[in-house]
Amino acid sequence: MSVSLNPAAYTRIVPAVVFDIKRPHLLVERSLMVTRRSWVAMVSGFFEPLFYLLSIRIGLSALVGDIEVGGQLIAYDAFVAPGLMAASAMNGAVFDSTMNVFFKLKITKLYDSVLSTPLTAGDVALGEIMFAVLRGALYSTAFMVTMWVMGMVESPWFLLSVPACVLIGFAFASIGMALTTFMRSFEDFEYVPAATLPLFLFSATFYPVSQYGEWGWVVQLSPLYHGVELIRAANLGEWRVELLAHIAVLVVITVVGSAIAARRIERLLLT
Amino acid sequence: MGSQQSPVVGSSLVKRFGDFTAVDGIDIEVAPGEAFGFLGPNGAGKTSTMRMIGCVSPPTAGTLRIFGLDPVADGRKIRARMGVVPQLDQLDNDLTVLENLMIYGRYFDLSRKAAAARANELLEFVQLTEKADSKVDPLSGGQKRRVSIARSLINEPDLLLLDEPTTGLDPQARHVLWDRLYQLKERGATQVITTHFMDEAEQLCDRLVVMDAGKIVAEGSPQGLISKHVRREVLEVRFGYGLNESMVPKVDGVGDRIEILPDRLLLYSDDGDAALSELHRREIIPESALVRRSSLEDVFLKLTGRTLVE
Repeated sequence: MSVSLNPAAYTRIVPAVVFDIKRPHLLVERSLMVTRRSWVAMVSGFFEPLFYLLSIRIGLSALVGDIEVGGQLIAYDAFVAPGLMAASAMNGAVFDSTMNVFFKLKITKLYDSVLSTPLTAGDVALGEIMFAVLRGALYSTAFMVTMWVMGMVESPWFLLSVPACVLIGFAFASIGMALTTFMRSFEDFEYVPAATLPLFLFSATFYPVSQYGEWGWVVQLSPLYHGVELIRAANLGEWRVELLAHIAVLVVITVVGSAIAARRIERLLLT
Repeated sequence: MGSQQSPVVGSSLVKRFGDFTAVDGIDIEVAPGEAFGFLGPNGAGKTSTMRMIGCVSPPTAGTLRIFGLDPVADGRKIRARMGVVPQLDQLDNDLTVLENLMIYGRYFDLSRKAAAARANELLEFVQLTEKADSKVDPLSGGQKRRVSIARSLINEPDLLLLDEPTTGLDPQARHVLWDRLYQLKERGATQVITTHFMDEAEQLCDRLVVMDAGKIVAEGSPQGLISKHVRREVLEVRFGYGLNESMVPKVDGVGDRIEILPDRLLLYSDDGDAALSELHRREIIPESALVRRSSLEDVFLKLTGRTLVE
């Protein structure tokens, strides 16, 4: 027989990609190398929490006053701030994993050259997601400190809001990157705000989920909602078993999203 | 078995993209330390073959072994020992020249210190030390190509893949590159080169295959191919546009073989000057006549009926 089919080329499935991740940190190192020179661009991210929180403090909070959450009476700004913190973690992760990744994937062809080295598609996907999360964690810390300075922090457990933002960052960077691999041109990115804006507005960000009445379950479908709940619980210093479920949702999204991203990068570049 | 394993062995290699067959069942074996070439026009399947060897494109069928390993199962291990200069440079535009080399070294698990030392050494080798802190974008085509070559050497590869290394470069830049590649060969690195320039293949390759439409149509050393397929010299004569073909009966027997092109006739002979004298003896006076040595272009023309660079 002169031609033998190569079975290995056809039997590779998602887990093979997921387990073939050994050097994602090297792509993070590359991003840090790039950022070292353009650190000024990063500073802008620190103003975001300040603007968000000031607008709430000056405007909404004075109008709304205190609200009752789970039997506890808290100031409206202390209620909304965790929601904004979660939304800001989402927006940062989405931005980093969509436009930036698309540019490197399709325009500058960065990943083609990376895949000629011992790095794999899995390393590329996770490395880019990790950097998005790392940058997000920095901004989240700034957010937390700003909230504390403005007197919106209710409990020392609020320190856990940063790891919660890391979870949100992982989940949204993974989804963002997975979706980016399906985008054909920059026009396709018009759909990104169409997805993130409703999430931002309807994930129990500005009012408790009880406002939705019997439609509250729909909100459960929003990944952001699970992040909001985590951060809000951290701010109130309250522990509930459901928090584990919120964490699990974000973890599952991360694993599935990054596996799809890695698999798609492989399909696109290793043809 | 010899003492050293062949770095690249492929048999019945096929690469298909949907209905299109880019590589149609080729057999190749590259010996250690050899400079091996793929010569052919655009679309012959050279780059597809290179990508399969580079472990970034799984073969559709056939077997391929690089360093004795399967590129699909052991791609990571193989790539660790390989250097790749892709057809388009694919340098990292966000980084400086030096950083490009350093981060690439890191991808190959060099320590930061080792990567920096090696990067500086390689910049010297490609004579770009003064550009170390420049970004990639402002560099000329030839300079970018040299950065690409330096980058491909960061891991001291056992096998170097060069996909059209000098396409788009001016003659001066080509010669600088050829010189560097020759030095690398002297040091024992195995090279696989694709090109559609016959002079490049003659300069760089110990052995080459001529590809056309996904198939290998000839194989041998540049000189071996020329002496096997064409005569030592060529007499090129022009009689004016449209008149060349009508002159064929008159020049019959002047060379051992005639090739008819739209703008000229090629008369192959071991002695081109003697052929020209014979023309004059027959009182045939062409518009212009030129005697030159045969090249791989002539081999390609004979094998495929088409010229390499159209």
